[in-house]
Amino acid sequence: MHEVVQAIILGVLVGGIYALMASGLTLVFGIMKVINVAQGALVILAAYLSYALFSHLHIDPFLSILIVTPAMFVLGVAVQLVFVRSLRGPDGSELSLLVTWALALGIEGVLSVIFKTNFRVTSPSYGDNSWSILGYQISEVRLFAFASSAVLLLLLSLLLTRTRFGRAVRATVQNPTAATLLGVDANRVQTLSFGLGVSMAAAAGAVYGVIYPFNPGSHYDLISRLLSIVVLGGLGSLGGAVFAALGMGVIEALVAVEISPVWSSFSFFVVLIAFLLVRPQGIFGVRERVL
Amino acid sequence: MSRATAAGLARGAAFAAAAIAFPFVFNAAWIVNIGVLTLMYAALATAWNLFSGYTGYITLGQAAFFGLGAYTLGIVFEHVGIGSGYNPFYALPLVGAGIAIASVPVAWIALRTRHMTFAIVTLTLLFIVQQLAFNLRSLTKGSSGLMLPTPSFPISSYDTPFYLAMLAILLAGLALCWLILRSKLGLMLLAIREDEEKARGLGIRVTGAKLIAWSLMVWLSAMVGGVWAYYLTFIYPESSVDPLVMIGAVLMTFLGGRGTLWGPTIGALVLVPAQQYMITKLGASQLYLVGYSAVFMVVLLLLPRGILPSLRSAIDKQRERRRTHREPIVREEARA
Repeated sequence: MHEVVQAIILGVLVGGIYALMASGLTLVFGIMKVINVAQGALVILAAYLSYALFSHLHIDPFLSILIVTPAMFVLGVAVQLVFVRSLRGPDGSELSLLVTWALALGIEGVLSVIFKTNFRVTSPSYGDNSWSILGYQISEVRLFAFASSAVLLLLLSLLLTRTRFGRAVRATVQNPTAATLLGVDANRVQTLSFGLGVSMAAAAGAVYGVIYPFNPGSHYDLISRLLSIVVLGGLGSLGGAVFAALGMGVIEALVAVEISPVWSSFSFFVVLIAFLLVRPQGIFGVRERVL
Repeated sequence: MSRATAAGLARGAAFAAAAIAFPFVFNAAWIVNIGVLTLMYAALATAWNLFSGYTGYITLGQAAFFGLGAYTLGIVFEHVGIGSGYNPFYALPLVGAGIAIASVPVAWIALRTRHMTFAIVTLTLLFIVQQLAFNLRSLTKGSSGLMLPTPSFPISSYDTPFYLAMLAILLAGLALCWLILRSKLGLMLLAIREDEEKARGLGIRVTGAKLIAWSLMVWLSAMVGGVWAYYLTFIYPESSVDPLVMIGAVLMTFLGGRGTLWGPTIGALVLVPAQQYMITKLGASQLYLVGYSAVFMVVLLLLPRGILPSLRSAIDKQRERRRTHREPIVREEARA
């Protein structure tokens, strides 16, 4: 029993970080029907940036979120303008899968040229500390990581519900044509939201590098989980993504404890496929509209 | 619907004859080796096009079936014994068919979802198979890799049997595509691509049609994987379920023109030699990955319809121009 509770705690803490990454992915899909396969590669890119800031300038990885996130926001806006915006037309969203995949390969290639392919981990002095509460071990960095993800997700939801920009975004998600008719600048909303989605990856990446060792090829591992999370949660649903991410964290941690760590991500994929049998649109998803 | 024109048949026969003669004319091992890879990608791209090009449903899981084919052949070698030399080639259609049949229930679940979700679900299939290859150590030997027996072909023409096997799969794929394009099934698939709801409303069994195309795609991909495994005689999870191989095939299909008959083959003929050249120049390393992604971007953003459709519309435009050029003369004659 103790083991199970410990696994659930660990799973929730890890799931929180995945929730942050997946929220960016599902937000971008909700607005422009684009799946950003490069989200995983962008997370790794941010992890490297934060790693470089830490090892050369001794900036704390959690502080580096404040530097990496705005920088990657700019990068995201640039990517949208150069690569994604031109994909219009009936099969634009399918093409976007491949274009962002190519982008992911490009990022992987550039990172391997600069940093080589050996595994790195950002290890601040407090990296191995952990607290023990009621007999359960809680690693300090994982708790910080979870907390900063939660704060950022809260900020994102405030941005979407309390601001004028957020209202424009939600209007675009619900009905792009009507939003445009009411004076929402669709291009601006799309570009800024893509940047926002990438900055979620960035913030999560800075944190990711503290918890897991990573190399340029790690993005496949990330994107396979992230895509499963957003599909399980229902494409375009923020709440669904958060819920599914926490669920994934818990399932993986439980399988790792009860069966074997090598089967943990496999089990989540199987859960996804089994779930789609019952509910193809995901937990909170709406059936994809046919035009 | 495409008809069996004399020109079309001649094109097919000429391609087959040239491809069969190739390894006997240029018999240097490194050339035949590039030939094997070119045909492998051409067959994979043709298989991908058979499903994704005709139905409009992008699948990102093809590498899973390539890997399943490779591993199944390897495991069959270990545990069943299917002879040596040419014999394993004859077992391949059966291996492929088994994998295709086994994949149908999964495909049925995946096809309950719509375009984008479908693409993602098929991508998870790829990761599932890769994980299985890593974890089922008693069958696959996990990350240390699986060894297949080296066939006893003469050293001087060692690559040629594999070349011919890949060619046979490619020709089978092209023949299937050609048959489908001129059959009712082809019309059904195209209707699905244009407007699935309307197709369903007209009484087309959309799921059945998609499943047929899907299982043919799996059958071809698994056979290619099997030949590849036998050719390399050593497979491990990262190399046999490699997203890069699949994305290469997708890129070639896009370059040549998806939904066409010859497009994927043309794409492979252009890209694979270029890719091999890049590997020898840059090393199979990171710079190569950067170049690869750059080519991919250029093709997708500048030539999203592919070579063949672009050429065709250019030719059509030319004809149109010639016709409009001629018309005024006709009118003048009429006036006079």
